[in-house]
Amino acid sequence: MMMKKTRPSFRLPRAWVPYLLLSPFLALFSIFGLFPLLFSLWMAFQSWEPTAGLEAMRFTGLENFIFVLGDAWFWKALGNTLWLAVFSGLPQHLVALPLAVFINRAFGRHGHSVAAAYFLPYITSTVAIAMMFTSLLSTDYGLINALLKWAFGMEAINWLWQPQTLKPAVAMVVFWRYVGFNLVLYLAALQTIPRELYQAAKLDGAGSWSCFRYITLPALKPMMLFGITLSIIGGMQLFEEPFILTNGRGGPDQAAMTVAIYVYRLAFDFSDFGAANAISWLLFALLATMTWLTNRAFKDRKP
Amino acid sequence: MSRLSTKTLSRGAAYLLVGGGALLMLAPFYFMFVFATQSNAAIFNVPPPLWFDGELGRNLQTLTTRLPFWRNLGWSLYVALMSTVLTLLFCSMAGYAFAMLEFRFKQPLFLLVMGTLLVPPFMTMIPNFMVMDALGWLDTHRALYIPGAAGAFGIYLVRQFAAASVPMELLKAARMDGCSEFGIYWRIALPLLRPALGTLGLITFIASWNNFMAPLVVLRQAESYTLPLALRSLQATVNTEWGAIMAGSAIATLPLIVLFVISSRQLIAGLTAGAVK
Repeated sequence: MMMKKTRPSFRLPRAWVPYLLLSPFLALFSIFGLFPLLFSLWMAFQSWEPTAGLEAMRFTGLENFIFVLGDAWFWKALGNTLWLAVFSGLPQHLVALPLAVFINRAFGRHGHSVAAAYFLPYITSTVAIAMMFTSLLSTDYGLINALLKWAFGMEAINWLWQPQTLKPAVAMVVFWRYVGFNLVLYLAALQTIPRELYQAAKLDGAGSWSCFRYITLPALKPMMLFGITLSIIGGMQLFEEPFILTNGRGGPDQAAMTVAIYVYRLAFDFSDFGAANAISWLLFALLATMTWLTNRAFKDRKP
Repeated sequence: MSRLSTKTLSRGAAYLLVGGGALLMLAPFYFMFVFATQSNAAIFNVPPPLWFDGELGRNLQTLTTRLPFWRNLGWSLYVALMSTVLTLLFCSMAGYAFAMLEFRFKQPLFLLVMGTLLVPPFMTMIPNFMVMDALGWLDTHRALYIPGAAGAFGIYLVRQFAAASVPMELLKAARMDGCSEFGIYWRIALPLLRPALGTLGLITFIASWNNFMAPLVVLRQAESYTLPLALRSLQATVNTEWGAIMAGSAIATLPLIVLFVISSRQLIAGLTAGAVK
């Protein structure tokens, strides 16, 4: 094709083009990414009454952090978050990994179609789902209690309105939502393992357990690291599921108030922006440490 | 019993387990749609209804008297489409530049992009509110679709795809023919990037459609709510109208199920792209 210069065109210097192509990112990142983060860090060291305007901000040093670390609610929220992260996150992997191994062996290349049913909760609206579960878990009329009564003759359980059942209920909804995502991750990793490896091992007389132990598991290790890291990051930031299931308040005895919910309530219900930002940064530091430790734990120890 | 038949038996049990698990995963969706067609009284029956009824119209009517429901639906659609279009444009520009062009500061800039992936979404919740307040963007919808429009995930997705599937020779040839740099991006690279953009578009649309935290912080008036926020506002009203809530939830969920059925393979590949080594 001939591209003749028919019009006298103004051309940008070629060296500018890359920066021009990157300019939306640079502009949006500065205004809505970098600046807000620095501002939030700065606010963590201020005392501020939002209704009094920006002039009312006062530097208070580490006061917010000292307040937060002595705040019983913060520790409660952190404890809740850790509980929910462990009891929703761990089962995801304990179920997803063996399930993926089985689906891969039984369905091979068609495994993904089977996994789709498990994956669907991951892409649907958390709010719609949580509203659905609020109805399913309702004490007198909920389907779950009706089924338990029909199958085991059990008394109705007050799932969402007593601390000892609220946490497991929230963890169950979170498990249900994310188990399929992990299943798909493991399935993808399994399909990259060459079949010849298993054939060779079989010839050498390896049983199916040794095959799993010495071929499958090591091959899945990078994906396990990836999936577990994502579960930790997501679990420590749980917000929507407990927020909806407890109508935005954290539930009886604040049993499902996560750190993210506490940050939200501190800022928007109690107008304490300084403490809320201090907690954000504390949680970020904790998250970074946990991610780093996970990575270290998975690192191959070479002799 | 012979070895073979125990093997088939245990295999059969495993199939049942996998199938049963899949049904358990899908059951809440089934009941969401069943309850959407039931009257509020019928949902409160013990045992609850297991099959569809004809009350969908009535439930929608309740929904539309309690909420500006169609308007909320419209806003959700508007925000999701706007963020999809902007994301595709901005991420393809940046991703193309990182994959195909050489320039100073390329490495540090790319590290910056990837570094933004490390910032957890809830960290930006409060500062985001403050910035929107300062800009006068509270209760506006651009506060929902502009800030994330050049996100790191999209840029990374496009960059990986472009590096693998847009041949450098093509760009060289176009340059020799006198095509402008922007023309090369627009007329040569973009069409080749279509599969990646399709996946990114799907992911962006779904994420925006489901977004709850940002609208919760930014939007104030029920008139401007998006769907998740509108549904949540039905919670803990004096008489919880479960039929209406389920009808609304079903309408919020249906488009995603349709998108998923049409494109599950592409979607899953895109969502798990971060895992590819």
